Amino acid sequence: MADVAAPTVSVPSEVPPGAPSERPDFQVVPLKGLPIVGVILILLVAAIAAGKLWPLIFLHVAFGAAWTIVDLFMGFVIGPILGRMSVPARIELTTKLMPKMVLIMPTVVSVTLAAGWQLGVEMGTVDSSYYHHGLLVASYIVVGVMAVIALGLLEPANIAVLTELKKPSPNPAVIEKLMKRFIYTSGIIGAMQIATLVIMTRIAAG
Amino acid sequence: MAEERTLPPVTQVGMVSLALIVAGGIYLASHLPSEVPLAPAIILLALSALLLAGNLLALSRVEGFHWGRFFAVAKWALLAYVVIAGLIEYAFVRNDVTGGTLVVLTLSLVIFAVHVPLMIGFTVARYD
Repeated sequence: MADVAAPTVSVPSEVPPGAPSERPDFQVVPLKGLPIVGVILILLVAAIAAGKLWPLIFLHVAFGAAWTIVDLFMGFVIGPILGRMSVPARIELTTKLMPKMVLIMPTVVSVTLAAGWQLGVEMGTVDSSYYHHGLLVASYIVVGVMAVIALGLLEPANIAVLTELKKPSPNPAVIEKLMKRFIYTSGIIGAMQIATLVIMTRIAAG
Repeated sequence: MAEERTLPPVTQVGMVSLALIVAGGIYLASHLPSEVPLAPAIILLALSALLLAGNLLALSRVEGFHWGRFFAVAKWALLAYVVIAGLIEYAFVRNDVTGGTLVVLTLSLVIFAVHVPLMIGFTVARYD
């Protein structure tokens, strides 16, 4: 099985002549955000090392809520809007929003999962004897599927769109194809976040 | 007429490889704290490693692939995913995971930290 790369020549599109030169300058990875990510990861390591419940609960709940809300918002609000925007408007939104997502999502996901796992270890809820063990395993599966989709499809598409947009003459067909991939995978992950909400609230209810 | 070139299914294979190590991790995590046979997790890990090797081999044989662009992106992605993998490894060691389980999980993290940057670099470079 082999797939075929998109055409390497430009195709007719809605992009007006000269539009590439009007693209705002941007960084694929916003360097200003890296120190913030570093501080958050240090706080995570400190919370795991301390093994205290409150910091772990705070990190797991705060970042888990952010993860769920961002995925739902991207999948069901921003994604469909993005799909209906004109190409120039979509490019402008993409160059402003997506670089931030490159930093936000891996950080939010890493903190949520690491703090959640450590919390489970401290509270004993990851033990197979825990009475909601079936729900916990279901959450592992949901998170696992979301991780594979996000790591294999969504994040590469995000980086590739931004890299394409940094070129002097971006190929509209490539951007269109990658944005479709981004929008569809965001929708799938958003739908799976509903399953996460159901499982986590059921566990919290006891 | 647009020029097209055939590329190996790096993304699809990479996703299957990731799914295999995720399945192995879920198998081990779902039996805690009991000792479980490592054989299923080792088989999943070995299959995942084979797919990674196959992906690397298939990609190395692509003629005219834009390796400059690939490495420009993949090296930074590798750095980011090594940090994330290191964080997860720290959590394992902190929780006294030892022996064969630690080896399987560590090797799974190595595959994770190599395969994700490979997929990111491939997705970017394929359009050059």
